[in-house]
Amino acid sequence: MTPMEPTGAVRQSAEAAVQASIVVPDVALEHRRQSERRVALAPELVTIRNLKMHFPVIEGALFSKEVARVKAVDGINLTIRKGETLGLVGESGCGKTTTGRCILRLEHPTGGEILFDGKNLVDLDQKSMRALRQKIQVIFQDPYSSLNPRMKIGEIISEPMKVHGTEPNKAARDARVAELLRLCGLDPKFADRYPHEMSGGQRQRVGIARALSVRPEFIICDEAISALDVSIQAQIINLLEDLRDQFGLTYLFIAHDLSVVRHLCHRVAVMYLGKIVELADCDELYGNPLHPYTQALLAAVPVPDPDLERARAHRIVKGEVPSPMNPPRGCVFHPRCPLAVDSCAKIVPEFRELRPGHWVACSVI
Amino acid sequence: MSRLLKIDSLQTHFFSAAGVVKAVDGISFDVNQGETMAIVGESGCGKSVSALSILRLVADPPGRIIGGSIRFQDRDLLKLSDEEIREVRGKDIAMVFQEPMTSLNPVLTIGRQLTETMEQHLDMTRGQAVARAIELLGMVGISDPERRLRQYPHHFSGGMRQRVMIAMALCCEPKLIIADEPTTALDVTVQAQILELMKDLTQRLGVALIIITHNLGIVARYADRVNVMYAGRIIESGTAHDIYHHPHHPYTLALLRSVPRMDQPRRARLDPVQGQPPDLSRLGVGCSFQPRCGFAIARCASQSPPLERIDGGDHLAACFEAHSVAESMARSS
Repeated sequence: MTPMEPTGAVRQSAEAAVQASIVVPDVALEHRRQSERRVALAPELVTIRNLKMHFPVIEGALFSKEVARVKAVDGINLTIRKGETLGLVGESGCGKTTTGRCILRLEHPTGGEILFDGKNLVDLDQKSMRALRQKIQVIFQDPYSSLNPRMKIGEIISEPMKVHGTEPNKAARDARVAELLRLCGLDPKFADRYPHEMSGGQRQRVGIARALSVRPEFIICDEAISALDVSIQAQIINLLEDLRDQFGLTYLFIAHDLSVVRHLCHRVAVMYLGKIVELADCDELYGNPLHPYTQALLAAVPVPDPDLERARAHRIVKGEVPSPMNPPRGCVFHPRCPLAVDSCAKIVPEFRELRPGHWVACSVI
Repeated sequence: MSRLLKIDSLQTHFFSAAGVVKAVDGISFDVNQGETMAIVGESGCGKSVSALSILRLVADPPGRIIGGSIRFQDRDLLKLSDEEIREVRGKDIAMVFQEPMTSLNPVLTIGRQLTETMEQHLDMTRGQAVARAIELLGMVGISDPERRLRQYPHHFSGGMRQRVMIAMALCCEPKLIIADEPTTALDVTVQAQILELMKDLTQRLGVALIIITHNLGIVARYADRVNVMYAGRIIESGTAHDIYHHPHHPYTLALLRSVPRMDQPRRARLDPVQGQPPDLSRLGVGCSFQPRCGFAIARCASQSPPLERIDGGDHLAACFEAHSVAESMARSS
């Protein structure tokens, strides 16, 4: 899979602007492109096949029965390569967080399989899953509620090491805590403080240090920077990138901020109502979005440039995301889709590879 | 354009056991009739407290407006009696909050919440108010308004609730609407719908809008003028074009540089604002951005720079090194 030439209008105008102003080639960016090409050839670390997570809706206390099912994730296929950062984007309720929780086995999927290094996580018993969790860690969205307020920072970071027995003696754990704090840009003295003594950005660094403590291979970042202030977001994004390069980490980056995903990810999957509607290399997806939903999402993000922003045509998609309890028949996006034809209400679109490495679920385009 | 609102040296402080938090510390700005003004800043910079202060909605204790004036048309809102300010709220100045989930009353129908305000402020009969409520719901894009009026907030989605909030804000034909992070809780496609609706309605009805947000993209699209706040003060003020293309304050520049942008080619690395946001109860004597600033000189630690005009125009910045900042921006773009 080679990176495609970007063709979108935004990108073209941006590139014209660059050619006019910047003469010096960006060495770091070239280095990054090289790493992207390398990742494209790396072996698969996570393979998700036809994953389904349906939550039953139960009514009645004595003779309770299932009255409906919320199809949070409804048959998705994904692969994540070693060293890759895969972006999973979509609006609230699209199933992106549930997908992450299924991989962590915080939910037990209704169907499908999740292969991690060749092992199917769905079949594993509790004990083997616990052992595997050392390799799969998570960074949560809210740095305020994801740290135990009664534990010192040092205890929070060393807890996974105790659980997994990676550092059996206390002195080694303390040394590792200091090393992790330094790695995440914090003073090792923070080990003796409590979460409430720290700012949001600092707490998120603690969350990252905790995830790293057991030397994982794969980290799920679930909206890991969404709750942070703009000026702090960039610090954390840079930190995540540095750690990825230093330890060869693989990320599943779940987010709704499309500009951040574009900056950080190698490939991007767009979800809508429990399904993946488009999947492509980052440059390809942003430069040449094919699914009408992806196009609508990209058009809805305002860019911080008043002249450009006011000149831009705004095609705003109508309506809101329907309830996943009762999703539309046929293509789930058809009630809001500007391109919908009669058959879209009947036929579920196939997930097709329209260009090399660029997959789309739409039968009209 | 005539001036609608003039805020002068407004100070709102919070008095807690841990000390005095200077949430808003001497801000001044004007809003003209029919104009859209944005207040941008990060959490804790005082942008919401300044909005709440305009309608005197800051909880006292612990908060208190300790200085300044807020002139709306020809009255000083800070000198009105409690009854008089209640007349202004909802009638002349309306507010749209961030959380459409919590700002509607869950046990009253949508219709009752709309008509209550109109009966209170406009002396309408129940029938007149209901007719107007139906018209308003249609205006904000809610289909089948007669039926929707009889429903409760939990029947509405987040975007629909925010539309109801906008209908409520518009019901007494206010001169000014203050929208505090009106779309932060919404999804991006719905955010675009709500913002376009607000822009469209305020323009059509000639209502002035103060939009409070942390999102630089929203400001770029909708604001005529922009005030950037940091640590309780306005540190830069100007037209959207001035702020985005010719920033003169290091914080504005740093904010613009720190965000990944879809309109520019991908960068290898982001350029974050260094350090942590300030603790408002422990501000020193100098410029509050000085500890994080790359342009700081010796004077910045001991003196707080005043908000001053740049080249005699309407563009203001509070920085001793404003011209170096502007040069740095010019070099990089």
